[in-house]
Amino acid sequence: MRYMERVAIIGVGQTKYESGKRDNFAEMVFEVTNKAMEDAGITKNEIDNVVSVSSDFWDGRTISCMAISDASAAYGKDITTVEGDGTFGAIYGLMRNLSGNYGTTLVVAHHKGTESNMNGITNTAFDPLVERKLGLDAVSSGALQARRYMSAYGLLEEQFALVSVKNHGNAKRNPLAMLPMDITVEDVMGSRMVADPLKVLDCSPLTDGACAIILASETPAHKLTTRDKRVWVKGVGHCSDAFRMGDRDLADTRALKDAADRAYTMAGIIDPAKEIDVAEVYDAFTYMEPLWLEGLGICDDGMGCEYLERGLFDFEGDLPINPSGGRLSANPVQVAGLACMAECVLQLRGEAGDHQVEGADTALAHGINGMCGQSHCVWVLGR
Amino acid sequence: MGNRVGIIGVGQTHHAAKRLDASGVELIAEAVTRALDDAELTIDDIDAIVVGNMDHFENINYVDTWAVDGLGAFMKPVFKVTTGGTTGTTVGACGYYQAASGLFDIVLAVGWEKNSESDTQAAIATCANPILERDSFAGAIGPLATEYSMYMKAFGATEEDAAIVAARDRNNALNNPYAHSRQQVTVEDVMKSPMLSYPIKFLDMCPRSDGACAVIFANEKAARKLCPEPAWVHASVVRHDYTHFGDLEWKFMPTLERASAAAYKLAGITKPLEEFDVAELYLPASTCGVKWMDSLWFCEHGEAPDLIRKGTFEMDGQLPINPSGGVISTNPIGATALIRVAEGAWQIMGKSGDRQVEGASLALCTGFGGCSWSDVMILGADLP
Repeated sequence: MRYMERVAIIGVGQTKYESGKRDNFAEMVFEVTNKAMEDAGITKNEIDNVVSVSSDFWDGRTISCMAISDASAAYGKDITTVEGDGTFGAIYGLMRNLSGNYGTTLVVAHHKGTESNMNGITNTAFDPLVERKLGLDAVSSGALQARRYMSAYGLLEEQFALVSVKNHGNAKRNPLAMLPMDITVEDVMGSRMVADPLKVLDCSPLTDGACAIILASETPAHKLTTRDKRVWVKGVGHCSDAFRMGDRDLADTRALKDAADRAYTMAGIIDPAKEIDVAEVYDAFTYMEPLWLEGLGICDDGMGCEYLERGLFDFEGDLPINPSGGRLSANPVQVAGLACMAECVLQLRGEAGDHQVEGADTALAHGINGMCGQSHCVWVLGR
Repeated sequence: MGNRVGIIGVGQTHHAAKRLDASGVELIAEAVTRALDDAELTIDDIDAIVVGNMDHFENINYVDTWAVDGLGAFMKPVFKVTTGGTTGTTVGACGYYQAASGLFDIVLAVGWEKNSESDTQAAIATCANPILERDSFAGAIGPLATEYSMYMKAFGATEEDAAIVAARDRNNALNNPYAHSRQQVTVEDVMKSPMLSYPIKFLDMCPRSDGACAVIFANEKAARKLCPEPAWVHASVVRHDYTHFGDLEWKFMPTLERASAAAYKLAGITKPLEEFDVAELYLPASTCGVKWMDSLWFCEHGEAPDLIRKGTFEMDGQLPINPSGGVISTNPIGATALIRVAEGAWQIMGKSGDRQVEGASLALCTGFGGCSWSDVMILGADLP
């Protein structure tokens, strides 16, 4: 195991996640930057550098980070931009801290799904000569992955529907979530088909929102904040699978297994199912939650749905998954994984309100890049 | 505290206006393979990868996942960084921070662009605020023309001063086999070339190129073991300005003044003109090669034209700038600033061939982009 200096998350800020927000990118970023600083009890003078998470495609704007630099307190500072999920922005932020050049790093992500064309934008993630022409996008490729997962392990659509029932139900406890809903498996099964076998209630909604976290190395973390605000980075890992879907078995989670192994090794975790108390996992589609739980080693391959049926991942279960309501209840794309981290921080501090998981000491946050979870980033956080 | 970091290998494509023989992924593979050969490593030795470009140019979303085959990133940690024109130095800085963090020993940093597949000006235009500034500051040339006009009025600089810089960089490119545009030109040729946006003329301005660049960063332990003469990173600093062009100071380049001052402090440099042996600067137009010399603390405000006219920055001058031919000779945008770092590293490693500055042991590399943003990286033969 590598020696790593201790780095804490000392502040988090999130907008309410909504459809059709009137705030522009800068206004959303300004809101969460201020909330995170207020949460940590610091001012912008104590932010040493900034990592923004912006996407030219989703923002419809070249050099999209330009739009939010003033709002993220970056004027006159060293700022950089990761394009992808917020968890990848956070790992770069962590490395900038560990390099010894900075004591504190603000990582901030924004997204306006309702001003974007999701199908067109995710279609451009595919090979322009062959796959793009087939009309593949995040939903249709997700449908292929769901189908492959079903055929590999004999799973049923009704089992995936349970994820939707659970997570929309969890969202009722989270005031920031966009889609709190009381629904049944029948409601999910009866909802409009989008791409077989994915129905509307299997898919995450277009969402607007932003999230910021503040990372601090051990010395500034102790200097700037009180003990109750500090949540420590225990382990982190990221890894990418092959690009072409034909080069992958879409039911095989090898890249996630690799990323999780890195994070668990660093955190000293041997049995994640026992040692992790709560997890926020990337459930852009229902089938993803059990599939990624298998990749994360929380259950054996093919067992995710069975454990789900037994209620293990319910809010009252042994290992609550997505108590916030998950991405199914609010999915601002680049923000999503960073919001997972912010939610884990709240859980570990005991500040998660109605969706607080009792006695959470170790939490897992997860984000993905690319289509069908090609690239993963896994974080283990603890008190 | 983090690790010291050295560059142990560099690779770049032969850049051209149209590389019809290679796709974007193949351009990346060409640069990565050459960097691995330069460092005498294989892809198995690489612990983590970072890639960058400007994604509206080629219309490829999630470039980090799309480029896995070219990057050698299959089952490896990879992500994408991007900041417009500064993308190359953003990628380089990310390679440095990753190796310095202790999480990874050897990190591959890759920038690329295939401008022949893009409408570059149209894509750049959308960086400006859609309501307030997109009409007046669309494209790359307008803001540069504005700033040099103001500099000329303030300090008596001339169009000929810029033409001297253009001729210098373009003639230097004759010594660089990788350069896109290699042509012998005189100051008169530059002055007679067609006007693009006063006072910037055709031969003052950068082209758009197809190409890629890869740089391998290693922490101190790995660098010492693997490379006889690493180019050590002495400083990596970025400074940004306000979001709107209308809020900027135009007579000076405040971000470059702040970034270079901070970098010089980290590297212990007090007399940059005397202490640096070579500089590879992101000068998108020759006019910047005049005005920005003030901002790099080579002289007082307004004195740059004197230095230019004296030949200070020619290959046989006090501080050779852009032996590679610079950005006005080669501009694959997401790679352009990383090429500055790569060329600076090769100068330190003594691998620059016909464009080698003899005995170069301290190099200044810069990136430019966004809303007048500046990146500075200082490389040296000695440990920082």
